Amino acid sequence: MKQQAQHTPPFTEGINRVDGIMKVTGAAKYSAEYELPGMTYAVFAISNITKGIITSIDIKAAERAPGVLAVLTHLNAPKVPGYESGKDPSKPPTTGGPLKFFVDNTVKYNGQPIAMVVADSFERATYAASLIKAQYKKEQHETDTEKNKFKAAAPKGGRNGGDYKRGTPDDWKTAAVKVEQEYVVPINVHNPMELSVTLAHWTADDKVTVYAKTQGVKSTQNAIAQAFKLPVENVQVTTKFVGGAFGNALRTWPHEIATVQAAKLVKRPVKTVLTRELQFNTVGYRPYTWQKVSMGASADGKLTGIIHEATAQTSSFEEFTEGTVNMTRFMYACPSVGTVYKITPLDVNTPTWMRGPGEATGAFALESAMDELADKLGIDPIELRIRNHADTDPENGKPFSSKNLKEAYEMGADKIGWSKRKLKPGTLTEDGWLIGYGMGTGVFGAGRGRATVKAALLDSGTLLIQTSVTDIGVGTGTAMTQIASEIFTGIPVKKIKFELGDSSLPPSPTQGGSTITSTVGGAVHDACTQLKEKFQQLIGNGGTDKPDYVKVLKEKNLPQLEVTVTSSGSTEMRNFSSYSYSVHFVKVKVHPKTGVVRVDNVVSVADSGHIVSPKTARSQIIGGAIGGIGMALMEEGIMDHRYGRYVNNNYADYHVPISADIPQIDALFVNKPDYRVNPMGAKGMGEIALIGMSAAVANAVYNATGKRIRELPITPDKLLA
Amino acid sequence: MKQFQYIRPATQQSVLDAITKPGARILAGGSNLIDLMKRGVTSPDKLVDIQKLPLKGISKSTGNVSSISIGALELNSAVAENKLIKEEFPLLSMALNAGASPQLRNMATVGGNMMQRTRCTYFYDTAMPCNKREPNSGCGAMEGINRMHAIFGTSEKCIAVHPSDMCVALAALDASVEVKSKKGTRYIPFTEFHRLPGETPQLDNTLTTGELITRVIIPHNNFAKNSYYLKVRDRASYAFALISVAVGLDIQGGNIKEARLAMGGVAHKPWRLKAAEQFLKGKPATVANFEQAASLAMQGAKSFGHNDFKLKMAPASIIEALSNAAKLS
Ligand SMILES: Cc1cc2nc3c(=O)[nH]c(=O)nc-3n(C[C@H](O)[C@H](O)[C@H](O)COP(=O)(O)OP(=O)(O)OC[C@H]3O[C@@H](n4cnc5c(N)ncnc54)[C@H](O)[C@@H]3O)c2cc1C
Ligand code: SF4
Repeated sequence: MKQQAQHTPPFTEGINRVDGIMKVTGAAKYSAEYELPGMTYAVFAISNITKGIITSIDIKAAERAPGVLAVLTHLNAPKVPGYESGKDPSKPPTTGGPLKFFVDNTVKYNGQPIAMVVADSFERATYAASLIKAQYKKEQHETDTEKNKFKAAAPKGGRNGGDYKRGTPDDWKTAAVKVEQEYVVPINVHNPMELSVTLAHWTADDKVTVYAKTQGVKSTQNAIAQAFKLPVENVQVTTKFVGGAFGNALRTWPHEIATVQAAKLVKRPVKTVLTRELQFNTVGYRPYTWQKVSMGASADGKLTGIIHEATAQTSSFEEFTEGTVNMTRFMYACPSVGTVYKITPLDVNTPTWMRGPGEATGAFALESAMDELADKLGIDPIELRIRNHADTDPENGKPFSSKNLKEAYEMGADKIGWSKRKLKPGTLTEDGWLIGYGMGTGVFGAGRGRATVKAALLDSGTLLIQTSVTDIGVGTGTAMTQIASEIFTGIPVKKIKFELGDSSLPPSPTQGGSTITSTVGGAVHDACTQLKEKFQQLIGNGGTDKPDYVKVLKEKNLPQLEVTVTSSGSTEMRNFSSYSYSVHFVKVKVHPKTGVVRVDNVVSVADSGHIVSPKTARSQIIGGAIGGIGMALMEEGIMDHRYGRYVNNNYADYHVPISADIPQIDALFVNKPDYRVNPMGAKGMGEIALIGMSAAVANAVYNATGKRIRELPITPDKLLA
Repeated sequence: MKQFQYIRPATQQSVLDAITKPGARILAGGSNLIDLMKRGVTSPDKLVDIQKLPLKGISKSTGNVSSISIGALELNSAVAENKLIKEEFPLLSMALNAGASPQLRNMATVGGNMMQRTRCTYFYDTAMPCNKREPNSGCGAMEGINRMHAIFGTSEKCIAVHPSDMCVALAALDASVEVKSKKGTRYIPFTEFHRLPGETPQLDNTLTTGELITRVIIPHNNFAKNSYYLKVRDRASYAFALISVAVGLDIQGGNIKEARLAMGGVAHKPWRLKAAEQFLKGKPATVANFEQAASLAMQGAKSFGHNDFKLKMAPASIIEALSNAAKLS
């Protein structure tokens, strides 16, 4: 096949974050910071039971409380027109749909909003909400995945349903060396700094403007348009800055619709900012997932069979599925593989994708099991992976569009000093601490979707690029500016303006699944290339490399020269399997008496094509590694299943790593372009930054102590047990 | 949040006048009280902000026994960094620096730290049963999630722990608390300031309505050279102790002349380990002796399921803290 003849731009330091100064000076305006005249505030009263029926609800005191404009409950809330038509037509009917607030008297999970108070201040709304008293008829609830595993069944819809089998997976049973183990990843909660925000303002009877925390202004625009039966263009959604999301703003949640509904009722702008407690059960979480990996290998370390089973929780009203077991199908060259994925419905709100999504959960099990297998074989875990390296995709036989995993193993091993690692666990010490080294691999699909970008050369000398994509903090604006600047080499970076986060701009997909650099970057690349060609035509042949754009536009009497380009991946991609890979290397210290684990060093290597924006790419890898340390050592949403309530739904008790937990983290890049995916040769890296990291930590802990912890998080008590 | 009155009197007398009713509550740094009010755990009618009172300052008095006095409004961060404290009672400085986060330590006062309430999650969630918040509503933690809970001095009614680090050090240092009320001044030995839950878990300590903490006084000791505060926690900072141990040793020629030991994260009050102290007195500072002291200290411990690990972690931590204080290893 013919490769596009392109050169790899040199791997430079890259440009600074284009919005960095705005962010550190407070000039960046986040969604909750918009103030509109006459703005009001909404606060929810929530259910204290987990399952049942509201038999009565007393809102009189709340209605009389100072500053209150309205109290919405299922008894009085105005209808949301789109809710009338029943289920979301875009989804197969069997998979259910999101909860709709205030449509009936049922309670489906603890913490479910049962009323919404709108008042002239947040404090007054909060106080009034505390006065609402409901009576319930309680029903027996189930919130414990472990206890309800027996009810698990294959999902009815979605992409992750169905068992997978190739060859004779049971072959693992007769293998020379075997591993058969269970692994648990508990509930993880996204917990970005920025809370969920919706500020809705009806500017006319059939027109609404919304400032929202969302990862996709277009999808939020569509959801609101559908719910209120409005023409899409009558809904304006703006999201200029996002203070982290990690997946919890990928979909439009019912409280956002309720906010728009309330604004219509009170005829004033209504702002809802969820409390930290409500973040835990209103905007999704990584589901509790039980897994079992059974694998066998010949004495020389060749895999003969793998079975990877997973059961995750979902809500009673909606199927949520993710690719937990999918990686096992193609990661290693194993002739016989079986995967089984099930979900069990519980009286909880619906989970959602959280960074690395199901793959991060799955990689914890698969990459832990590989480490266990290497240990049993008495070989180096990297060696085991190399012996089972898949040169072509074993799931479909296709060649990989590019894969430099072996090189990534080498780079990382070198950097962390892997040669110091001992095969026998518990043999290295430093200053009285046990020392261990571990590694884990991550993988995530690398595709390119469709996006539309408008690029314009203005006679002020500015290159203006516009598309609706959001930047959830990853540095999209910076990466896009970098791509444009490499095409328009004559335009200084500060003259390139990338406008995003506005639903009236040309459509881009929702930010998630590591697709934006490829998809939107590809469209920016194409738009800039076409704009440059258009300019060349304008000046005729013989133009220089660095033309004077301003002079030419002025001469031609053109205020601006623009193109709007829609582009997507090539059909050629169908012939290839395309993935981004990461390899994480971790050195840990474990205190032999107290069981305290400290991560001492991390080296993460990304094989994700050409790195278009080195600085923000490095930040992505560091952020993912930190997320992985959190997942490995501390994150767990803990519920008291007797009540179906979280007991740690705050920042003090739900632990994420703080600065003192974070060691030196080196981000390395293989940086080999894959031009099959897009013209920059770039593949995504947001997800792989985290996928595989928790296994690397767990494997390092095993190497330090000889204790294999298969249930995250690895807290000191588990190491003392 | 319920509406309340807020006052900020300028004199001690007017504070004492204002706090005679149970509905009035003293406000210092606010880092605990305001949280509890937001969560609806406590709803005072009146907040008496004491920040205008001259209750700051750290000073040394030389008498028969010299001592250091710390004002009740002195900030946790200021005490931790104070030169006198670092020289004479490094244990206190270490314990303070192990608590919360720099931001919180910059708000938290000595009096407020002593009076902070348990972090038991059932206590914080008004939809859950809790005998401490609502007497006779039941104890949510007993058969619930009790990983952080007590293993010593528990009662049928409550198994909560006192969350402070500072107080563990002050208990080990034999501090005393100066308290003023309209009736006058009294001094409470630090180890008697907090109490065990017993039948009345709603009472954290022995301070009564109308009383104001004005100072903490620490008598001179010879532990400065061999002190250690060990805090075992789920992350490196900004987490409450699973177990903490405060150690002060007076070691002369390899022998322990005096020992002070207290534990945090194990009881409703800072838990002094008198039997272990007694055992160590006069003995050489060896790991073998520390092990015996630890097993003495653990007598009577009782766990509740999720906190079973504390039965292992606590003695291991005692040995580790003693070894560090004695500079073994
Ligand atoms: C997220 C978080 C983590 C934390 N982690 C830790 C930790 O690891 N270790 C630790 O030790 N602490 C920790 N803390 C608790 C912190 O130390 C306390 O919140 C702080 O010490 C309280 O002091 P304050 O001055 O803010 O008290 P306030 O909140 O103002 O008052 C607390 C109580 O003390 C009473 N009070 C205050 N001053 C007096 C006085 N002079 N006389 C009588 N009564 C008085 C008040 O009436 C109130 O009841 C943490 C707190 C938070 C929020
Ligand atoms: S341990 Fe004490 S504070 Fe916790 S729930 Fe029981 S009674 Fe309440």
